[in-house]
Amino acid sequence: MSSLFRSEEMCLVQLFFQTESAHNCISELGHLGLVQFKDLNPGVAAFQRRFVKEVKKCEEMERILRYLEKEMVKSNTVIAATKEKEMVPCARDVLELESTFEKLEQELREINRNHAALRQNLIELMDIDSLLRMTEDFFEEAESLLTYSEPPSEDSVSMTVSSHITSRRNSNSSTSGALHLSFIAGVIKQERFPAFEKVLWRLFHGNFVLRHAEMQATEELQAVRGAVKKDVFIIFVQGDHVREKIRKVCEGFRASLYSCPKTLYEPKQMSTSVMTQMEDLRMILRRTEEYRAGVLTRAAEHVQEWGSKVKKMKAIYYTLNLCNIDITQKLIVAEIWCPVSDLTLVQSALIKGSEQSGSSVTPVLNRIQTQQTPPTFNRTNTFTEGFQAIIDAYGVGTYQEINPASYTIVTFPFLFAVMFGDCGHGLVMTLFAVWVTSQAESLRKWKNELTDVVIGGRYIILLMGMFSIYTGLIYNDCFSKSFNIFGSSWCVLSMFHPHGPWQNETLHEYHHLQLNPFVPGVYSGDPYVFGIDPVWNIASNKLSFLNSFKMKMSVILGVSHMLFGVALSLVNFVHFRKFQDIFLQFVPQLIFMLSLFGYLIFLILYKWCITLRSETAPSILLLFINMMLFDYQSEHVLLYRGQVFGNNLNDQHGTDTRSSFSQHQKDEMVSMGDIFVYQAIHTIEFCLGCISNTASYLRLWALSLAHAELSEVLWRMVLQVGLKISSGMGSLMLVVLFAAFAVLTVTVLLIMEGLSAFLHALRLHWVEFQNKFYEGSGYKFTPLSFDSLLKTQQ
Amino acid sequence: MASLLFCGPKLAACGLVLSIWGVIMLAMLGIFFTTHSAVLIEDVPFTEKDMEDGPTALQNIYKLYNQVGYNCFIAAAIYVGIGFLSFCQIHLNKRKEYLVH
Repeated sequence: MSSLFRSEEMCLVQLFFQTESAHNCISELGHLGLVQFKDLNPGVAAFQRRFVKEVKKCEEMERILRYLEKEMVKSNTVIAATKEKEMVPCARDVLELESTFEKLEQELREINRNHAALRQNLIELMDIDSLLRMTEDFFEEAESLLTYSEPPSEDSVSMTVSSHITSRRNSNSSTSGALHLSFIAGVIKQERFPAFEKVLWRLFHGNFVLRHAEMQATEELQAVRGAVKKDVFIIFVQGDHVREKIRKVCEGFRASLYSCPKTLYEPKQMSTSVMTQMEDLRMILRRTEEYRAGVLTRAAEHVQEWGSKVKKMKAIYYTLNLCNIDITQKLIVAEIWCPVSDLTLVQSALIKGSEQSGSSVTPVLNRIQTQQTPPTFNRTNTFTEGFQAIIDAYGVGTYQEINPASYTIVTFPFLFAVMFGDCGHGLVMTLFAVWVTSQAESLRKWKNELTDVVIGGRYIILLMGMFSIYTGLIYNDCFSKSFNIFGSSWCVLSMFHPHGPWQNETLHEYHHLQLNPFVPGVYSGDPYVFGIDPVWNIASNKLSFLNSFKMKMSVILGVSHMLFGVALSLVNFVHFRKFQDIFLQFVPQLIFMLSLFGYLIFLILYKWCITLRSETAPSILLLFINMMLFDYQSEHVLLYRGQVFGNNLNDQHGTDTRSSFSQHQKDEMVSMGDIFVYQAIHTIEFCLGCISNTASYLRLWALSLAHAELSEVLWRMVLQVGLKISSGMGSLMLVVLFAAFAVLTVTVLLIMEGLSAFLHALRLHWVEFQNKFYEGSGYKFTPLSFDSLLKTQQ
Repeated sequence: MASLLFCGPKLAACGLVLSIWGVIMLAMLGIFFTTHSAVLIEDVPFTEKDMEDGPTALQNIYKLYNQVGYNCFIAAAIYVGIGFLSFCQIHLNKRKEYLVH
């Protein structure tokens, strides 16, 4: 019977099927997701396995697919999502897919290369174009300057000119006769220009004319080359050998040089030719982009389908690597672990697979007995999955051991709620969990690790919130205020005259007054119906009462939890037929815990039930210590009359328990000394462990105290400031302060305290509860399942 | 009309959640204050003068309780306004999302 009580019974099955039907059979089993293939070739290295070439081919195809997807994302092509469940192709389709992929990849790479080259051309042409436009002005200005022989200082130059060049122009203009000014024109990045100028100046000592102007950044220019600013420059020099030097300098500064026309008419011609070239290039670029988009769109329709096919094939080949191929190359032998209850399903899947492949022989299933430990399989649904995950995080259960997950569904949120205990915060947490549960599918698309964790644990958070509302009602704590639903059992009025001792003057004299429950009428005699009385919320000794209450409650809860764990170990012993362990381990453990901690719980409950005057009430702690020290003196106040007798009985039991541990006998030939030492250590460990584990449960008290105090401080320091302003501005302050209160509540109290309480409740389960019965030394059942494969990839 | 959108989708959603919480919690606080609940005594700004012996001592305290209660109701009404504003922002954000595509 499949249940969460213990892990499923598994069987080892040998499969024989024909090589032709291998693909289809394994794909059917993969869709079923219920079998785990055992590795029949454990000694073989990865690169020596039979199908390693095919696996490599699949990986290569995956790489091409990733490249395609990247290109699609870059060009904003929409990838269509396919939903149908495809059949896995056989070996023939593998080749076909492979060739399609290779062709697509080559095509795409070529298109990208061409596109880049065309773009580069366009950039150069644009540079030349703007260069031509600027140099027209340069030339006109140069000609006009050279025809005048006036001092240049009165000239108005519209472009930026280096000041140290003006002095040189005189000398240039004096040789106006034979003007062999050669020039070099180019484009350089604007940030490099000052350094460029300095280098030229140092080289040629000003024997040159340099003009530069910023290139206008049109929108198209920006789209093509980016937001880099560039300058156009032109250098006029005399002599030819300096040209080479300048050329080298320009190369060093990565300035691109272009040849310029010398006369005034050539620029116009060149300009028009450049324009037409640019128009052509632009059209070609557009066409290339359209073609690329077409190729990508056609591929986008199939890319997801191909992806899942490739993943399935890779999984199938990997699985085939685990199997044995027969000598005749016609038979494949596989060993699988499979749940006993699913054998028929596996059989029908295999028959379906072999029918699809058209082979005549049906696969043979042969169940074999084995001494190896099967994997641990716990059948979970979406609700129990989260709880099983937090148990497995500590250790996967041994095969067929009791599964603590089913009890964790209730105890974990309950222990969390004991530490969290506030119905207002619990309500917010529950509403959040309800929202996450309803939006789980659409939230999964965010693909953030943190949201994945929250979505995986949504049912845990939901239960934690609901239990917190319950414990919040018991602690009577809602955002640090109490509800008075049923009417408090304490009445202050009765303390006044004539019932009680207080007069009018008492109120004036004393700042702190104490309600005395023995005055008739003050305490009604019936406790508050459900939870803590609301009067404690406004009492100044609230903490003294609550601390004592929560500590005792933590001890009671802790001892109950641990006794439950010990009881579960009994079930384990019965299942595994270790009857001697029942007498030698379970019974002594039970007696020890019951006699010591059971007695403690009895004392607590007894003291809660009887009426005591608080000044003379005996302390349970002192009582217990005295019992352990065998210290009974007649002046000590006794809690109940038979106490001395009861304590003596306890001590007797305790000593008996300890001695029986060491009488454990084993049948094998082992050294008795070793066994005695081992058992002695275990005994001491268990006894001390019990005490330390019980004390560890006091964290239930500690965290709930911290939470209550934080909540109260937040109310007092944030919201109360706004409430205490009684003027009209109070409401505005209240609006602002409430927003701050809400943000701090969510971040500090819900998230931080919630995580803290989660962690501590988890620790209590993992260590204090599970070390009573849980071994946790199994390995998890990992079936071949295409669903989980595809889900993890996405 | 110039763009009325001044906050993104996430801020608007946070604002809406905060306003709903504020409306509910402040309205309930207002009700508890106007019914003079004893547990909230520490949040009422009374002074020594209000508690002097006299016939009006109790009425003074009740008056203060009512004042704080009305403050809470006004704050709840302001949060209704903020909630409505956030809701409009969410609506505008959704429309903008559809237009760009």
